[in-house]
Amino acid sequence: MTPSENWTPDQPIVALRDVHKSFGTFEVLKGIDLTVMKGEVVCIIGPSGSGKSTLIRTINGLTPVTRGSVQVEGQEVHDGNLDKLALRRKVGIVFQQYNLFPHRTVLQNVMMAPLLVLRENRKEVEARARELLAKVQLHGKENAYPAELSGGQQQRVAIARSLCMRPDVMLFDEVTAALDPETVGEVLLTIKQLAADGMTCILVTHEMGFAREISDRVYFTDAGRICESGPPASLFDNPQDPRTQEFLSKVL
Amino acid sequence: MLDLIAPYFERLYDTTGLNFSPFYDSYDWSRLLEGMLVSVKLIAAIVAVSLVIGVIGAGAQTSRLRPVRWCVAAYIEIFRNTPPIVQLLFFYFGLGAITPQVDMGGWYEPMIGSFGWAVIAIGIFGGSYNVEIFRSGVEAVPTATTEAAESLGFSNFKIFVYITLPLAFRFCLPALTNNIVSLAKTASLAYVIAVPEITYSLSGIWSDNVNVPEMMLLLFTYYIVLVAIIAKAMALLERKLALPGYGQ
Ligand SMILES: Nc1ncnc2c1ncn2[C@@H]1O[C@H](COP(=O)(O)OP(=O)(O)O)[C@@H](O)[C@H]1O
Ligand SMILES: [Mg+2]
Repeated sequence: MTPSENWTPDQPIVALRDVHKSFGTFEVLKGIDLTVMKGEVVCIIGPSGSGKSTLIRTINGLTPVTRGSVQVEGQEVHDGNLDKLALRRKVGIVFQQYNLFPHRTVLQNVMMAPLLVLRENRKEVEARARELLAKVQLHGKENAYPAELSGGQQQRVAIARSLCMRPDVMLFDEVTAALDPETVGEVLLTIKQLAADGMTCILVTHEMGFAREISDRVYFTDAGRICESGPPASLFDNPQDPRTQEFLSKVL
Repeated sequence: MLDLIAPYFERLYDTTGLNFSPFYDSYDWSRLLEGMLVSVKLIAAIVAVSLVIGVIGAGAQTSRLRPVRWCVAAYIEIFRNTPPIVQLLFFYFGLGAITPQVDMGGWYEPMIGSFGWAVIAIGIFGGSYNVEIFRSGVEAVPTATTEAAESLGFSNFKIFVYITLPLAFRFCLPALTNNIVSLAKTASLAYVIAVPEITYSLSGIWSDNVNVPEMMLLLFTYYIVLVAIIAKAMALLERKLALPGYGQ
Protein backbone atom coordinates (compact mmCIF):
# COMPACT_ATOMS: atom_id res chain seq x y z
CA MET A 1 0.00 0.00 0.00
CA THR A 2 1.83 3.03 -1.18
CA PRO A 3 0.10 6.01 0.36
CA SER A 4 -2.74 6.97 -1.88
CA GLU A 5 -1.73 9.49 -4.57
CA ASN A 6 -3.39 12.42 -2.94
CA TRP A 7 -2.61 11.68 0.72
CA THR A 8 -0.30 14.14 2.40
CA PRO A 9 0.93 14.01 6.01
CA ASP A 10 -1.26 16.96 6.95
CA GLN A 11 -4.34 14.82 6.30
CA PRO A 12 -5.58 12.26 8.83
CA ILE A 13 -3.31 9.20 8.97
CA VAL A 14 -6.26 7.12 10.18
CA ALA A 15 -9.83 8.02 9.28
CA LEU A 16 -12.97 6.04 10.11
CA ARG A 17 -16.23 7.21 8.56
CA ASP A 18 -19.59 5.79 9.53
CA VAL A 19 -18.12 2.39 10.38
CA HIS A 20 -20.68 -0.32 11.11
CA LYS A 21 -19.92 -3.85 12.18
CA SER A 22 -22.34 -6.67 12.89
CA PHE A 23 -21.66 -10.17 14.12
CA GLY A 24 -24.67 -11.99 12.70
CA THR A 25 -27.64 -9.85 13.63
CA PHE A 26 -25.80 -8.22 16.54
CA GLU A 27 -24.59 -4.75 15.63
CA VAL A 28 -21.43 -4.02 17.60
CA LEU A 29 -20.36 -0.80 15.86
CA LYS A 30 -23.17 1.57 14.93
CA GLY A 31 -21.54 4.28 12.88
CA ILE A 32 -18.12 5.27 14.17
CA ASP A 33 -16.37 8.43 13.00
CA LEU A 34 -12.84 8.99 14.16
CA THR A 35 -9.82 10.74 12.68
CA VAL A 36 -6.26 10.68 13.88
CA MET A 37 -3.46 12.91 12.65
CA LYS A 38 0.14 11.83 12.32
CA GLY A 39 1.88 11.93 15.71
CA GLU A 40 -1.37 12.16 17.66
CA VAL A 41 -2.14 9.99 20.66
CA VAL A 42 -5.76 9.01 20.92
CA CYS A 43 -7.40 7.04 23.72
CA ILE A 44 -10.66 5.16 23.48
CA ILE A 45 -12.44 4.54 26.75
CA GLY A 46 -15.79 3.02 27.58
CA PRO A 47 -17.54 0.15 29.31
CA SER A 48 -16.54 -3.36 28.35
CA GLY A 49 -18.57 -4.82 25.53
CA SER A 50 -19.04 -1.38 23.97
CA GLY A 51 -17.05 -2.41 20.87
CA LYS A 52 -13.63 -0.89 21.60
CA SER A 53 -11.65 -3.97 20.57
CA THR A 54 -13.77 -4.43 17.47
CA LEU A 55 -13.20 -0.79 16.59
CA ILE A 56 -9.44 -0.92 16.94
CA ARG A 57 -9.23 -4.21 15.03
CA THR A 58 -10.97 -2.72 12.00
CA ILE A 59 -8.05 -0.31 11.63
CA ASN A 60 -5.53 -3.00 10.68
CA GLY A 61 -8.09 -5.13 8.87
CA LEU A 62 -8.24 -7.95 11.45
CA THR A 63 -12.00 -7.46 11.69
CA PRO A 64 -13.77 -6.65 8.42
CA VAL A 65 -16.39 -3.90 8.56
CA THR A 66 -19.98 -4.34 7.47
CA ARG A 67 -20.38 -0.81 6.19
CA GLY A 68 -18.45 2.47 6.13
CA SER A 69 -14.87 3.35 5.39
CA VAL A 70 -11.58 2.89 7.20
CA GLN A 71 -8.60 4.64 5.68
CA VAL A 72 -4.95 4.49 6.66
CA GLU A 73 -2.78 7.05 4.90
CA GLY A 74 -5.60 7.62 2.47
CA GLN A 75 -5.88 3.94 1.52
CA GLU A 76 -9.15 2.11 2.04
CA VAL A 77 -8.48 -0.83 4.40
CA HIS A 78 -11.62 -2.81 3.62
CA ASP A 79 -11.18 -3.02 -0.08
CA GLY A 80 -10.65 -6.25 -1.97
CA ASN A 81 -7.64 -4.83 -3.78
CA LEU A 82 -5.85 -3.82 -0.60
CA ASP A 83 -2.29 -5.03 -0.21
CA LYS A 84 -2.67 -6.54 3.26
CA LEU A 85 1.04 -6.82 3.83
CA ALA A 86 1.58 -3.15 3.12
CA LEU A 87 -1.18 -2.29 5.60
CA ARG A 88 0.29 -4.54 8.28
CA ARG A 89 3.74 -3.03 7.98
CA LYS A 90 2.22 0.42 8.51
CA VAL A 91 -0.05 -0.49 11.43
CA GLY A 92 1.23 -2.41 14.44
CA ILE A 93 -1.06 -3.84 17.11
CA VAL A 94 -0.44 -4.99 20.67
CA PHE A 95 -3.03 -7.18 22.37
CA GLN A 96 -4.22 -7.59 25.92
CA GLN A 97 -2.82 -11.13 26.14
CA TYR A 98 0.59 -10.32 24.49
CA ASN A 99 0.18 -13.29 22.11
CA LEU A 100 3.91 -13.91 21.72
CA PHE A 101 5.11 -16.96 19.79
CA PRO A 102 5.78 -19.41 22.65
CA HIS A 103 8.20 -21.58 20.65
CA ARG A 104 10.55 -18.73 19.81
CA THR A 105 12.94 -16.79 22.03
CA VAL A 106 12.38 -13.14 22.82
CA LEU A 107 14.88 -12.07 20.17
CA GLN A 108 13.39 -14.41 17.58
CA ASN A 109 9.90 -13.14 18.36
CA VAL A 110 11.04 -9.62 17.54
CA MET A 111 13.04 -10.62 14.44
CA MET A 112 10.61 -13.04 12.85
CA ALA A 113 8.30 -10.71 10.95
CA PRO A 114 11.00 -8.45 9.45
CA LEU A 115 12.93 -11.55 8.36
CA LEU A 116 10.06 -13.67 7.05
CA VAL A 117 7.63 -11.03 5.90
CA LEU A 118 9.83 -8.15 4.81
CA ARG A 119 12.80 -10.40 3.93
CA GLU A 120 15.21 -7.89 5.37
CA ASN A 121 18.88 -8.49 6.02
CA ARG A 122 19.39 -10.63 9.12
CA LYS A 123 22.24 -8.56 10.56
CA GLU A 124 20.28 -5.33 10.26
CA VAL A 125 17.15 -6.88 11.73
CA GLU A 126 19.08 -8.34 14.64
CA ALA A 127 20.77 -5.03 15.41
CA ARG A 128 17.41 -3.28 15.30
CA ALA A 129 15.75 -5.96 17.45
CA ARG A 130 18.45 -5.77 20.11
CA GLU A 131 18.21 -2.00 20.15
CA LEU A 132 14.42 -2.16 20.57
CA LEU A 133 14.70 -4.73 23.36
CA ALA A 134 17.14 -2.48 25.16
CA LYS A 135 14.75 0.42 24.68
CA VAL A 136 11.91 -1.50 26.35
CA GLN A 137 14.29 -2.42 29.20
CA LEU A 138 14.66 -6.08 28.27
CA HIS A 139 18.39 -6.14 27.78
CA GLY A 140 19.65 -9.58 28.86
CA LYS A 141 16.35 -11.35 28.13
CA GLU A 142 17.04 -11.89 24.43
CA ASN A 143 17.40 -15.65 24.72
CA ALA A 144 14.60 -16.26 27.20
CA TYR A 145 11.36 -17.88 26.08
CA PRO A 146 8.12 -15.91 26.51
CA ALA A 147 6.76 -18.21 29.21
CA GLU A 148 9.85 -17.49 31.31
CA LEU A 149 8.97 -13.79 31.53
CA SER A 150 6.51 -11.85 33.66
CA GLY A 151 3.39 -10.47 32.03
CA GLY A 152 4.82 -6.97 31.92
CA GLN A 153 8.02 -8.22 30.29
CA GLN A 154 6.06 -10.23 27.73
CA GLN A 155 3.98 -7.21 26.89
CA ARG A 156 7.11 -5.14 26.31
CA VAL A 157 8.42 -7.88 24.00
CA ALA A 158 5.13 -7.66 22.11
CA ILE A 159 5.60 -3.89 21.76
CA ALA A 160 9.18 -4.37 20.51
CA ARG A 161 7.96 -7.05 18.10
CA SER A 162 5.48 -4.63 16.57
CA LEU A 163 7.97 -1.78 16.47
CA CYS A 164 10.54 -3.88 14.64
CA MET A 165 8.27 -3.69 11.58
CA ARG A 166 8.74 0.11 11.77
CA PRO A 167 5.02 0.93 11.69
CA ASP A 168 3.59 4.42 11.23
CA VAL A 169 0.68 3.78 13.58
CA MET A 170 0.51 1.69 16.75
CA LEU A 171 -2.71 0.22 18.13
CA PHE A 172 -2.90 -0.87 21.77
CA ASP A 173 -5.88 -2.87 22.95
CA GLU A 174 -6.05 -2.81 26.75
CA VAL A 175 -2.42 -3.83 26.92
CA THR A 176 -2.21 -3.50 30.70
CA ALA A 177 -5.53 -5.14 31.55
CA ALA A 178 -4.03 -8.60 32.12
CA LEU A 179 -1.00 -7.41 34.07
CA ASP A 180 -0.16 -7.52 37.74
CA PRO A 181 -0.50 -4.00 39.18
CA GLU A 182 3.25 -3.72 39.80
CA THR A 183 4.11 -4.32 36.14
CA VAL A 184 1.50 -2.01 34.66
CA GLY A 185 3.75 1.01 35.20
CA GLU A 186 6.67 -0.34 33.17
CA VAL A 187 4.43 -0.98 30.15
CA LEU A 188 2.78 2.43 30.39
CA LEU A 189 6.22 4.01 30.59
CA THR A 190 7.23 2.26 27.38
CA ILE A 191 4.15 3.57 25.61
CA LYS A 192 4.74 7.03 26.98
CA GLN A 193 8.27 7.07 25.54
CA LEU A 194 6.93 5.89 22.23
CA ALA A 195 4.37 8.67 22.16
CA ALA A 196 7.06 11.18 23.10
CA ASP A 197 9.10 9.97 20.12
CA GLY A 198 6.23 11.02 17.88
CA MET A 199 4.60 7.66 17.16
CA THR A 200 0.93 7.86 16.23
CA CYS A 201 -0.86 5.82 18.89
CA ILE A 202 -4.45 4.66 19.24
CA LEU A 203 -5.07 3.11 22.63
CA VAL A 204 -7.99 1.36 24.23
CA THR A 205 -7.41 1.64 27.94
CA HIS A 206 -8.97 1.47 31.35
CA GLU A 207 -6.12 3.46 32.90
CA MET A 208 -7.88 6.81 33.17
CA GLY A 209 -4.96 8.64 34.73
CA PHE A 210 -2.72 7.46 31.93
CA ALA A 211 -5.28 8.38 29.26
CA ARG A 212 -5.58 11.86 30.67
CA GLU A 213 -1.84 12.32 30.81
CA ILE A 214 -0.87 10.92 27.44
CA SER A 215 -3.67 11.63 24.98
CA ASP A 216 -4.28 14.51 22.67
CA ARG A 217 -7.88 13.40 22.34
CA VAL A 218 -10.12 10.97 24.21
CA TYR A 219 -13.11 9.15 22.76
CA PHE A 220 -15.81 7.71 24.98
CA THR A 221 -17.72 4.80 23.43
CA ASP A 222 -20.88 3.13 24.60
CA ALA A 223 -22.96 0.46 22.86
CA GLY A 224 -21.15 0.79 19.54
CA ARG A 225 -21.28 4.57 19.31
CA ILE A 226 -18.92 7.37 20.15
CA CYS A 227 -20.88 9.39 22.68
CA GLU A 228 -18.37 12.08 23.30
CA SER A 229 -14.85 13.06 22.40
CA GLY A 230 -12.51 15.87 23.23
CA PRO A 231 -9.22 16.87 24.80
CA PRO A 232 -8.65 14.89 28.00
CA ALA A 233 -9.01 17.87 30.30
CA SER A 234 -12.49 18.75 29.10
CA LEU A 235 -13.71 15.14 28.71
CA PHE A 236 -12.56 14.04 32.14
CA ASP A 237 -13.31 17.23 34.07
CA ASN A 238 -16.39 18.40 32.29
CA PRO A 239 -18.15 15.52 30.52
CA GLN A 240 -21.28 16.58 28.67
CA ASP A 241 -22.97 13.27 27.82
CA PRO A 242 -24.83 11.62 30.74
CA ARG A 243 -23.37 8.21 29.79
CA THR A 244 -19.84 9.61 29.97
CA GLN A 245 -20.66 11.20 33.31
CA GLU A 246 -22.02 7.93 34.65
CA PHE A 247 -19.05 5.90 33.38
CA LEU A 248 -16.48 8.32 34.75
CA SER A 249 -18.21 8.52 38.11
CA LYS A 250 -17.78 4.75 38.37
CA VAL A 251 -14.17 4.45 37.28
CA LEU A 252 -12.55 7.61 38.59
CA MET B 1 29.35 -61.04 17.31
CA LEU B 2 27.88 -64.47 16.72
CA ASP B 3 31.29 -66.07 17.46
CA LEU B 4 31.21 -64.52 20.89
CA ILE B 5 27.83 -65.80 21.98
CA ALA B 6 27.62 -69.05 19.99
CA PRO B 7 29.51 -71.27 22.50
CA TYR B 8 27.23 -70.16 25.32
CA PHE B 9 24.00 -70.85 23.41
CA GLU B 10 25.30 -74.15 22.07
CA ARG B 11 26.05 -75.24 25.64
CA LEU B 12 22.65 -73.95 26.75
CA TYR B 13 21.03 -76.16 24.09
CA ASP B 14 23.14 -79.18 25.06
CA THR B 15 22.55 -78.85 28.78
CA THR B 16 18.95 -77.60 28.97
CA GLY B 17 17.42 -78.29 25.58
CA LEU B 18 16.60 -74.58 25.12
CA ASN B 19 17.25 -74.07 21.44
CA PHE B 20 18.02 -70.47 20.54
CA SER B 21 19.30 -71.51 17.14
CA PRO B 22 19.79 -67.95 15.74
CA PHE B 23 22.40 -67.37 18.44
CA TYR B 24 24.75 -70.11 17.33
CA ASP B 25 23.68 -71.05 13.83
CA SER B 26 24.90 -68.53 11.27
CA TYR B 27 22.08 -69.23 8.81
CA ASP B 28 19.38 -68.67 11.46
CA TRP B 29 21.35 -65.67 12.72
CA SER B 30 21.19 -64.10 9.27
CA ARG B 31 17.48 -64.91 9.03
CA LEU B 32 16.89 -63.19 12.37
CA LEU B 33 18.88 -60.09 11.36
CA GLU B 34 17.12 -59.94 8.01
CA GLY B 35 13.75 -60.21 9.72
CA MET B 36 14.61 -57.44 12.16
CA LEU B 37 15.85 -55.22 9.35
CA VAL B 38 12.70 -55.72 7.28
CA SER B 39 10.56 -55.14 10.37
CA VAL B 40 12.29 -51.85 11.18
CA LYS B 41 12.10 -50.72 7.55
CA LEU B 42 8.45 -51.67 7.41
CA ILE B 43 7.62 -49.75 10.59
CA ALA B 44 9.57 -46.70 9.44
CA ALA B 45 7.77 -46.70 6.08
CA ILE B 46 4.36 -47.20 7.70
CA VAL B 47 4.95 -44.38 10.20
CA ALA B 48 6.17 -42.08 7.43
CA VAL B 49 3.11 -42.78 5.27
CA SER B 50 0.77 -42.33 8.24
CA LEU B 51 2.36 -38.97 9.15
CA VAL B 52 2.08 -37.63 5.61
CA ILE B 53 -1.56 -38.74 5.44
CA GLY B 54 -2.17 -37.22 8.87
CA VAL B 55 -0.86 -33.78 7.87
CA ILE B 56 -2.63 -33.76 4.50
CA GLY B 57 -5.87 -35.07 6.01
CA ALA B 58 -5.84 -32.52 8.83
CA GLY B 59 -5.29 -29.80 6.22
CA ALA B 60 -8.07 -31.17 4.00
CA GLN B 61 -10.43 -31.21 6.96
CA THR B 62 -10.24 -27.43 7.10
CA SER B 63 -11.07 -27.17 3.38
CA ARG B 64 -13.81 -24.83 2.31
CA LEU B 65 -15.15 -27.53 -0.03
CA ARG B 66 -17.70 -29.64 1.74
CA PRO B 67 -17.12 -32.79 -0.40
CA VAL B 68 -13.44 -32.74 0.58
CA ARG B 69 -14.26 -32.60 4.30
CA TRP B 70 -16.82 -35.29 3.71
CA CYS B 71 -14.28 -37.62 2.11
CA VAL B 72 -11.84 -37.16 4.99
CA ALA B 73 -14.59 -37.88 7.51
CA ALA B 74 -15.62 -41.02 5.62
CA TYR B 75 -12.01 -42.16 5.40
CA ILE B 76 -11.55 -41.75 9.15
CA GLU B 77 -14.79 -43.56 9.97
CA ILE B 78 -14.02 -46.51 7.69
CA PHE B 79 -10.44 -47.06 8.74
CA ARG B 80 -10.92 -46.52 12.43
CA ASN B 81 -13.96 -48.75 12.67
CA THR B 82 -12.76 -51.82 10.81
CA PRO B 83 -10.03 -54.27 11.88
CA PRO B 84 -6.62 -53.50 10.40
CA ILE B 85 -6.19 -57.12 9.34
CA VAL B 86 -9.35 -56.91 7.23
CA GLN B 87 -7.98 -53.74 5.66
CA LEU B 88 -4.68 -55.42 4.93
CA LEU B 89 -6.32 -58.44 3.32
CA PHE B 90 -8.60 -56.14 1.36
CA PHE B 91 -5.67 -54.23 -0.08
CA TYR B 92 -3.48 -57.26 -0.72
CA PHE B 93 -6.01 -59.69 -2.14
CA GLY B 94 -8.67 -57.23 -3.23
CA LEU B 95 -6.67 -54.45 -4.86
CA GLY B 96 -3.55 -56.56 -5.37
CA ALA B 97 -5.49 -58.80 -7.73
CA ILE B 98 -6.37 -55.97 -10.05
CA THR B 99 -3.05 -54.08 -10.10
CA PRO B 100 -0.98 -54.66 -13.24
CA GLN B 101 1.94 -57.07 -13.41
CA VAL B 102 5.31 -55.89 -14.64
CA ASP B 103 7.59 -57.77 -16.99
CA MET B 104 10.81 -58.60 -15.14
CA GLY B 105 12.47 -59.99 -18.27
CA GLY B 106 10.88 -63.37 -18.65
CA TRP B 107 8.78 -63.58 -15.53
CA TYR B 108 6.06 -61.37 -14.16
CA GLU B 109 5.83 -59.72 -10.78
CA PRO B 110 3.03 -57.66 -9.32
CA MET B 111 3.73 -53.96 -9.49
CA ILE B 112 3.26 -53.68 -5.75
CA GLY B 113 4.68 -56.51 -3.64
CA SER B 114 3.55 -57.68 -0.23
CA PHE B 115 5.90 -55.20 1.49
CA GLY B 116 4.40 -52.36 -0.55
CA TRP B 117 0.85 -53.39 0.23
CA ALA B 118 1.62 -53.69 3.94
CA VAL B 119 3.05 -50.15 3.93
CA ILE B 120 0.05 -48.82 2.04
CA ALA B 121 -2.62 -50.62 4.04
CA ILE B 122 -1.20 -50.15 7.54
CA GLY B 123 0.03 -46.64 6.67
CA ILE B 124 -3.48 -45.65 5.65
CA PHE B 125 -4.86 -47.28 8.78
CA GLY B 126 -2.43 -45.33 10.99
CA GLY B 127 -3.07 -42.16 9.00
CA SER B 128 -6.74 -42.22 9.94
CA TYR B 129 -5.71 -41.82 13.57
CA ASN B 130 -3.05 -39.23 12.78
CA VAL B 131 -5.57 -36.99 11.01
CA GLU B 132 -7.52 -36.69 14.24
CA ILE B 133 -4.37 -36.32 16.31
CA PHE B 134 -3.02 -33.50 14.13
CA ARG B 135 -6.41 -31.84 13.96
CA SER B 136 -6.65 -31.68 17.74
CA GLY B 137 -3.09 -30.30 17.81
CA VAL B 138 -3.98 -27.58 15.31
CA GLU B 139 -7.13 -26.76 17.25
CA ALA B 140 -5.08 -26.35 20.42
CA VAL B 141 -3.10 -23.49 18.84
CA PRO B 142 -4.77 -20.31 20.14
CA THR B 143 -6.35 -18.11 17.46
CA ALA B 144 -4.84 -15.16 19.30
CA THR B 145 -1.36 -16.44 18.47
CA THR B 146 -2.04 -16.89 14.76
CA GLU B 147 -3.83 -13.54 14.75
CA ALA B 148 -0.71 -11.89 16.14
CA ALA B 149 1.25 -13.35 13.23
CA GLU B 150 -1.44 -12.20 10.81
CA SER B 151 -1.24 -8.66 12.14
CA LEU B 152 2.53 -8.73 11.59
CA GLY B 153 1.92 -9.41 7.91
CA PHE B 154 2.42 -13.19 7.83
CA SER B 155 0.60 -14.85 4.93
CA ASN B 156 -1.68 -17.78 5.73
CA PHE B 157 0.95 -20.16 4.45
CA LYS B 158 3.68 -18.63 6.63
CA ILE B 159 1.36 -18.70 9.64
CA PHE B 160 0.80 -22.40 9.05
CA VAL B 161 4.48 -23.25 8.55
CA TYR B 162 6.07 -21.07 11.22
CA ILE B 163 3.40 -20.83 13.91
CA THR B 164 0.60 -23.39 13.66
CA LEU B 165 2.62 -26.44 12.63
CA PRO B 166 5.44 -26.17 15.19
CA LEU B 167 2.98 -25.56 18.02
CA ALA B 168 0.45 -28.18 16.89
CA PHE B 169 3.24 -30.74 16.58
CA ARG B 170 4.31 -30.11 20.16
CA PHE B 171 0.74 -30.26 21.45
CA CYS B 172 0.03 -33.60 19.78
CA LEU B 173 3.34 -35.34 20.51
CA PRO B 174 2.02 -37.48 23.40
CA ALA B 175 -0.90 -38.76 21.31
CA LEU B 176 1.41 -39.22 18.34
CA THR B 177 3.78 -41.33 20.42
CA ASN B 178 0.90 -43.62 21.37
CA ASN B 179 -0.11 -44.03 17.76
CA ILE B 180 3.43 -44.71 16.54
CA VAL B 181 3.90 -47.39 19.19
CA SER B 182 0.55 -48.86 18.24
CA LEU B 183 1.55 -48.86 14.56
CA ALA B 184 4.85 -50.57 15.34
CA LYS B 185 2.81 -53.39 16.86
CA THR B 186 0.20 -53.43 14.10
CA ALA B 187 3.00 -53.72 11.53
CA SER B 188 3.41 -57.36 12.66
CA LEU B 189 0.17 -58.13 10.78
CA ALA B 190 2.25 -57.97 7.60
CA TYR B 191 3.15 -61.57 8.53
CA VAL B 192 -0.18 -62.78 7.14
CA ILE B 193 0.67 -61.58 3.65
CA ALA B 194 4.17 -63.07 3.90
CA VAL B 195 6.23 -59.92 4.27
CA PRO B 196 9.59 -61.35 5.42
CA GLU B 197 9.65 -59.36 8.66
CA ILE B 198 10.59 -60.68 12.08
CA THR B 199 7.58 -62.89 12.78
CA TYR B 200 7.86 -64.41 9.33
CA SER B 201 11.62 -65.03 9.72
CA LEU B 202 11.17 -66.59 13.14
CA SER B 203 8.36 -68.80 11.87
CA GLY B 204 10.80 -70.08 9.25
CA ILE B 205 13.31 -70.79 11.99
CA TRP B 206 10.88 -72.54 14.32
CA SER B 207 9.48 -74.74 11.60
CA ASP B 208 13.04 -75.90 10.79
CA ASN B 209 14.16 -76.36 14.40
CA VAL B 210 10.90 -77.07 16.23
CA ASN B 211 11.78 -74.45 18.85
CA VAL B 212 8.51 -72.51 18.93
CA PRO B 213 8.57 -71.45 22.61
CA GLU B 214 12.12 -70.14 22.41
CA MET B 215 11.39 -68.17 19.23
CA MET B 216 8.17 -66.82 20.76
CA LEU B 217 10.21 -65.60 23.70
CA LEU B 218 12.60 -63.95 21.26
CA LEU B 219 9.71 -62.32 19.44
CA PHE B 220 8.28 -60.92 22.67
CA THR B 221 11.69 -59.59 23.68
CA TYR B 222 12.16 -58.01 20.26
CA TYR B 223 8.92 -56.05 20.53
CA ILE B 224 9.49 -55.04 24.13
CA VAL B 225 12.91 -53.63 23.25
CA LEU B 226 11.64 -52.00 20.06
CA VAL B 227 8.72 -50.29 21.78
CA ALA B 228 11.01 -49.15 24.61
CA ILE B 229 13.36 -47.60 22.05
CA ILE B 230 10.53 -45.81 20.24
CA ALA B 231 9.09 -44.51 23.52
CA LYS B 232 12.52 -43.32 24.65
CA ALA B 233 13.20 -41.59 21.33
CA MET B 234 9.84 -39.83 21.43
CA ALA B 235 10.39 -38.79 25.06
CA LEU B 236 13.74 -37.28 24.05
CA LEU B 237 12.09 -35.45 21.17
CA GLU B 238 9.39 -34.17 23.50
CA ARG B 239 12.00 -32.91 25.94
CA LYS B 240 14.00 -31.28 23.15
CA LEU B 241 10.93 -29.47 21.83
CA ALA B 242 9.54 -28.52 25.22
CA LEU B 243 8.86 -24.80 25.58
CA PRO B 244 10.69 -23.50 28.66
CA GLY B 245 8.21 -22.23 31.21
CA TYR B 246 5.21 -23.02 29.04
CA GLY B 247 2.11 -24.46 30.69
CA GLN B 248 3.48 -24.22 34.23
N1 LIG C 1 -15.98 -12.49 16.78
C1 LIG C 1 -17.11 -12.14 17.42
N2 LIG C 1 -18.27 -12.80 17.20
C2 LIG C 1 -19.40 -12.46 17.82
N3 LIG C 1 -19.49 -11.47 18.70
C3 LIG C 1 -18.40 -10.76 18.98
C4 LIG C 1 -17.14 -11.06 18.35
N4 LIG C 1 -16.22 -10.19 18.80
C5 LIG C 1 -16.87 -9.38 19.68
N5 LIG C 1 -18.17 -9.71 19.78
C6 LIG C 1 -19.16 -9.05 20.61
O1 LIG C 1 -19.12 -7.67 20.33
C7 LIG C 1 -19.30 -6.91 21.49
C8 LIG C 1 -18.17 -5.91 21.62
O2 LIG C 1 -16.98 -6.62 21.85
P1 LIG C 1 -15.58 -5.88 22.00
O3 LIG C 1 -15.32 -5.12 20.77
O4 LIG C 1 -14.61 -6.92 22.38
O5 LIG C 1 -15.88 -4.89 23.21
P2 LIG C 1 -14.86 -4.21 24.22
O6 LIG C 1 -13.48 -4.37 23.68
O7 LIG C 1 -15.31 -2.80 24.28
O8 LIG C 1 -15.04 -4.89 25.53
C9 LIG C 1 -19.37 -7.88 22.64
O9 LIG C 1 -20.72 -8.04 23.02
C10 LIG C 1 -18.83 -9.17 22.09
O10 LIG C 1 -19.47 -10.26 22.67
MG1 LIG D 1 -11.81 -5.36 24.45
